[in-house]
Amino acid sequence: MTATSHPLSAAVDNAPVELVARHLPWPLLVLLATAFGVLPWLGNDYWLNAILIPFLVLSLAGLGLNLLTGYTGQTSVGAAGFMAVGAFATYSLLLRVPGLPLPLALLGGGLIAAAVGFLFGIPSSRIKGFYLMVTTLAAQFFLEWVFTKFPWFYNYSSSGTISAPRLELFGYSLASPVGRYLLVLSTVVLLTWVAVNLVRSQVGRNWMAIRDMDTAAAVIGIPVDRYKRLAFAVSSFYLGVAGALWAFAYLGTASAGSFDINRSFQILFIIIIGGMGSIAGNFVGAAFISLLPIFLNQAGQWLFGGHVDAGQLQNLQKIIFGALIITFLIKEPEGLIRLLDNLRERLRVWPLRF
Amino acid sequence: MRKTLQYSLVASLVLGLQASPPEAWAADDAQFIPMATYRVGAYASSGIPWWAGEIDYFRYINEVEGGVNGVKLVWQECETEWNVDRIVECYERLKTGQDGAPTAFFFTHSTPGSYALMEKGAADRIPLIDGGGGRTESTDGSVFPYAFPILMNYYSQASVGINYIAGREGGLDKLKGKKIVTVYHDSAYGRETQAPMKLLAEKYGFENIQIPVADPGNEQSAQWRQVRQIKPDWVFLRTWGVSTPVAIKTAARFGISVERIVGDVWAGSEADVIPAGSAAKGYQALAPFPGGTAFEIHQRLKQYIIDQGKSDLKDTRYFGEVYYNIGLINAAIAVEALRTGQKKFGNRPLNGEEGRWAFEHLDIDAARLKAIGFEGLLAPLKLSCSDHEGGGAARVQQWDGQQWVLVTDWIRADHQLLRPLIEAKSAAYAKEKGITPRNCAAER
Repeated sequence: MTATSHPLSAAVDNAPVELVARHLPWPLLVLLATAFGVLPWLGNDYWLNAILIPFLVLSLAGLGLNLLTGYTGQTSVGAAGFMAVGAFATYSLLLRVPGLPLPLALLGGGLIAAAVGFLFGIPSSRIKGFYLMVTTLAAQFFLEWVFTKFPWFYNYSSSGTISAPRLELFGYSLASPVGRYLLVLSTVVLLTWVAVNLVRSQVGRNWMAIRDMDTAAAVIGIPVDRYKRLAFAVSSFYLGVAGALWAFAYLGTASAGSFDINRSFQILFIIIIGGMGSIAGNFVGAAFISLLPIFLNQAGQWLFGGHVDAGQLQNLQKIIFGALIITFLIKEPEGLIRLLDNLRERLRVWPLRF
Repeated sequence: MRKTLQYSLVASLVLGLQASPPEAWAADDAQFIPMATYRVGAYASSGIPWWAGEIDYFRYINEVEGGVNGVKLVWQECETEWNVDRIVECYERLKTGQDGAPTAFFFTHSTPGSYALMEKGAADRIPLIDGGGGRTESTDGSVFPYAFPILMNYYSQASVGINYIAGREGGLDKLKGKKIVTVYHDSAYGRETQAPMKLLAEKYGFENIQIPVADPGNEQSAQWRQVRQIKPDWVFLRTWGVSTPVAIKTAARFGISVERIVGDVWAGSEADVIPAGSAAKGYQALAPFPGGTAFEIHQRLKQYIIDQGKSDLKDTRYFGEVYYNIGLINAAIAVEALRTGQKKFGNRPLNGEEGRWAFEHLDIDAARLKAIGFEGLLAPLKLSCSDHEGGGAARVQQWDGQQWVLVTDWIRADHQLLRPLIEAKSAAYAKEKGITPRNCAAER
């Protein structure tokens, strides 16, 4: 008899090998094609320079912090300090290593930031929660102080400011808005892709196990301390690259003051509002935090400019912005991305009730 | 509740759309002036009177003089909270003008902002004006065609401070062996005077001691204890914001005579001395922008703007404050530059390139100052291709417990001494960025 020797039933035999069915993510591809192909030619200087570049860089910074806080559960308020390391390290590399191509300098800046992040991650093996947060606060102030105190970092310029060195790639200048936009976009897309794969890998699963309960994670054999430090290093790498892009692709200059505690809070708010433990959430959060004030400002000018006292108008915008943050957090504490997901689910079954 | 909210929102929308504001609508026969303001945030107390002064002067030009040679001024505000990233956003938003009205210049009103926009301004051909601040080496217009640290750069501030002290001591030769401590805000702004002070100390033989105060400077006991130990002859105070009143109060606590403290340009407003209370009585500060309402322009503004209820000030007690007058002076310089440009290009709105030409040929002499009502409020100002500062003089004002009193006439900075330092730095910048300097002699 040539009957099958499979002991399993047909149903099990046909069960999918992969847990997540993979199909081509069309919406994402369309988005990427638009971002790379259409926007550079469509967007004017204002859109590229003042809207898209800062939005992308802040998304990347949010992504970096999210890997640490959202995925590994280690709260940090030192994000801007690591951005400063990335910016100053990239500057140093471009200045002191002649002929170093830009991508390598960015990578180097990121790696130096990662090393510093690793160093400040060491206490995480002993302390947790609020206490760890305080050590990251110390990192923030320490790094800010270092980049003010030691003139070597800013090449002995009297103002303590570093300015963008040559932005070129294989002899092609990236100084135009389109060039800088494409540089930022490519970096962000590449690093986001790495992050997506990272959180799906063994490393990411270990991080999430630590986040959910580190004792349990240790019991099942995950080297908790090592993975916490790794999270600090990887997170700082992302923040470092974001810091370098912020300084050179967006502002054109930077000083320690550009990476103060307020920037750290801004990035923390991006991940809290966008959604902890979500990759797409960083982009939504960055859009909310960085673009909404600009939108409110424009809308306010357009609607009331000239009628309402300008000072009151500005204060009103702050009130609206704050009220929106509170509303969204009450409505969905897990962040905007969760809100959008719920909306999508609802639309899928419409007109039936969710 | 919800209904009311909806109605009021709709109503406000409709209202907002209906009545078109007179200033916000620009046309292509008007001159657009972008305004990067900071009416909220940590520095709002300086920002609010500042823009009131600027806007009041522009309103005066529009309504009383019928514009600049008939060209109306229109402007739009953009809130920055004095954040560099917001200043960059505002610059990008407003640099192309509005509804056909071109932008001739951009007031950065922030030294970090001037640094950040330096290359963007040059690429877009928009002159960046930063009165009493900015990047010092951009005084050399051959390397920095589009940056104007107009009126008084930081080197000049140091030099005028030392000249004033020498005057009090009885001559520059009396400075030898004196101890002059500079207490400075530890930032780009505060550190900018270190190089000229070093040079001046070498030349005049005084002892130059620099003591930093970390931002924001709420607590300065350690610094002033150190000052006390040094027993200086003079203290040059280069603080900003909250660190100034704290410095004055702490100095008094350590028994340092306030009469021996000279504040610089940005440590000499009402907001700097009123919080210090009686400790500030006798404190003096450099004033390229003096306070007070005793000037001719204030009479005109009072008649046509303040008394008509057209002022941007919510509280007219601020009229004539130091920051209000800074706004006036900035606005007047802008208007005079536009006039200069119109002489060459015709009575029409100017673009950024024409704006640069206008600023480089700006010449406000004593007669002109008298005509526009700024006599005593502003020193004669003459810019050129190689000198983007133009002025470099300040008066000194003293706080009598109630108001600022001007105690000297205009004191000039030692430009011959400082110029080589500026040229060395601008040459280094040109080398780093691969810029070929313009030939200013050929352009004349």
